[in-house]
Amino acid sequence: MIRARGLSCGYAGRAVLRRVDLHLAPGEFVALLGPNGAGKTTLLLALAGALPALDGAVELDGRDMARLSARERARLVSCVPQRAEVPAGFTVRELVRMGRYAHTNFFGGYGPQDDDAAQAALADAHCLDLAERQAAELSGGEQQRVLLARALCQGRRALLLDEATSALDLARRVEAFDLLARQHQRGGTVLAAAHDLNLAALYCTRLVFLKAGRVALDGPTTDIFTEANLRDIYETDIRVAPHPVTGAPQAHLVPGAGAGASL
Amino acid sequence: MAERGGDMDAPGSEAGRAVCTAPAQNAAQRPCKRPGRSLALGSALLACLLATVVLACGVGSYPSTAGQTLLALLQALGLRAGDAVDPSLAVVIVDIRLARVLLAGLTGASLAVAGAAFQGVLRNPLADSFTLGVSGGAAFGASLAILSGIAGEAALAGEARVLPACALAGALTALGLVLALARAGGGPLSGLRRETVVLAGIVVSTFLAALISLLKSLDEESVASIVFWIMGSFQGRGFEHAALAWPYMLLGAGLVFWRARELDVLALGETQARLLGLDAGRSRLWLLFGASLLSGAAVAISGVIGFVGLVVPHLIRLLLGAGHARLLPASALLGALLLIWSDVAARSVLPGGAELPVGVVTALIGGPFFCLLLARKSLGGKGREGGA
Repeated sequence: MIRARGLSCGYAGRAVLRRVDLHLAPGEFVALLGPNGAGKTTLLLALAGALPALDGAVELDGRDMARLSARERARLVSCVPQRAEVPAGFTVRELVRMGRYAHTNFFGGYGPQDDDAAQAALADAHCLDLAERQAAELSGGEQQRVLLARALCQGRRALLLDEATSALDLARRVEAFDLLARQHQRGGTVLAAAHDLNLAALYCTRLVFLKAGRVALDGPTTDIFTEANLRDIYETDIRVAPHPVTGAPQAHLVPGAGAGASL
Repeated sequence: MAERGGDMDAPGSEAGRAVCTAPAQNAAQRPCKRPGRSLALGSALLACLLATVVLACGVGSYPSTAGQTLLALLQALGLRAGDAVDPSLAVVIVDIRLARVLLAGLTGASLAVAGAAFQGVLRNPLADSFTLGVSGGAAFGASLAILSGIAGEAALAGEARVLPACALAGALTALGLVLALARAGGGPLSGLRRETVVLAGIVVSTFLAALISLLKSLDEESVASIVFWIMGSFQGRGFEHAALAWPYMLLGAGLVFWRARELDVLALGETQARLLGLDAGRSRLWLLFGASLLSGAAVAISGVIGFVGLVVPHLIRLLLGAGHARLLPASALLGALLLIWSDVAARSVLPGGAELPVGVVTALIGGPFFCLLLARKSLGGKGREGGA
């Protein structure tokens, strides 16, 4: 579905990502993890086509993304950006329907099928109660749900999420990840950058750890979610214990093990 | 609130954002917008516009009742309605007043749509053809044509189209200059930064204003006709000017209306626009071109008329929200209404048949009105902070 080959990316010529190779097969639910500044956002924006590659290439369905038009690319992958400016004067429904921009034809406006897609996305993201409100008025968490709805409205084959649940309360967070898991079960590809290790381990079958612009670890959750690996990546003491209900590995911080403490 | 007030004074993007977010805070305190609302407002504006055409054609030194005016207009359309109107009155109503009303309506609609498009593309509520140097470019082109004598010679030869053509060329040259300046900061044209475009616009329009002053002082005799371009007026303008401008206006309006959805997506900013599949750079260029055609054609026939492009879109945004599919047509209607009545005021306020430049009227109405809008916004902001 999505493949990065020797991808280097950055801002103003300074590379943040260095020769990243990553392949997401159709239907995978992958978490993108790593410390601050590791390059998670940069990688997601590059995979979503919002940031040009300095070197290497991104392929979507085997086609070089640089050769796709912006509209073709946006029909293949949808993305929830981390910091999204929400302009004044649009209702939530209008904002979500903008996800259909790449699907509208060159001459016509939004049609009934676009309204239907927006309605379905609003329902799936539990945003129907917000639909007629002003998007710029919503709280940070509500806006995140709306942006998730817009990504669903744009397309469900490949979803890229950048900290898309960081402002949600616990119930909403589980709701959002349940929604992503459902997309994954229906064959959608999901790549979610997250800081919440435990949520990632609970839902995702595969984890990719970035560190200093490179892929540090990549593999099935059960294989790589180990105390030794996590300590290496995050440079703090982390203990791993099974989840009481599902048995998935869960990380636990140890107080007093922050920067400066010797491991 | 103090910091928001401070932001507004500063040029550039931060000011834009601060002013931009405020109206929606107001809007949200009202009950949510029903889809029928835009339809209702649209029909009301359209009805007002039709009534306005009839009423505005009746005002002047040769007065006529609304009924007579309506009859004269209907008969001019070839309809057999009522008794025949006095032929000399019919000439005044149709050939003189209707021409001006149509011209004012076209110009007002063009300026309002261009303003809405400029504000949308640059995400800056202060952007319009005036601040971007497009109006200044048109005025400079016209001044140059007047001063060099090209316009006079052509007019003697029966070619009235040369002066507006020079104005339009000036408008497009100014836009080209602004884009080139904005690009000089580096990067491809598709990566235009909106802050740089607005700054470049201010630089270019200030420079052009200085050049126009220079032209004025070089030739005292032309000052009166140059002042006409700077203040804006429909005096002595007729159907032939409307015939000259409407193809450019139609082309510009077509470009902008066709890309209304892109204006919505552009409002989200560069990154989100790209994620949603919009080639933001190319879209901006087309929209800027369309809006420049609109304002260039408007300035070419009427001179520089300020405030219409600024006040009208702001007012409509308060009423209908920022979605451009509604904002653009409603702005066109309200812009036409505003300028027709401003022109009526311009030609009837002074006693003895003397005329005010219509740009003076729009500025006199628009200035205080804009202050009111700003005051409302800060009040709305206070209310929200108090309630939150």
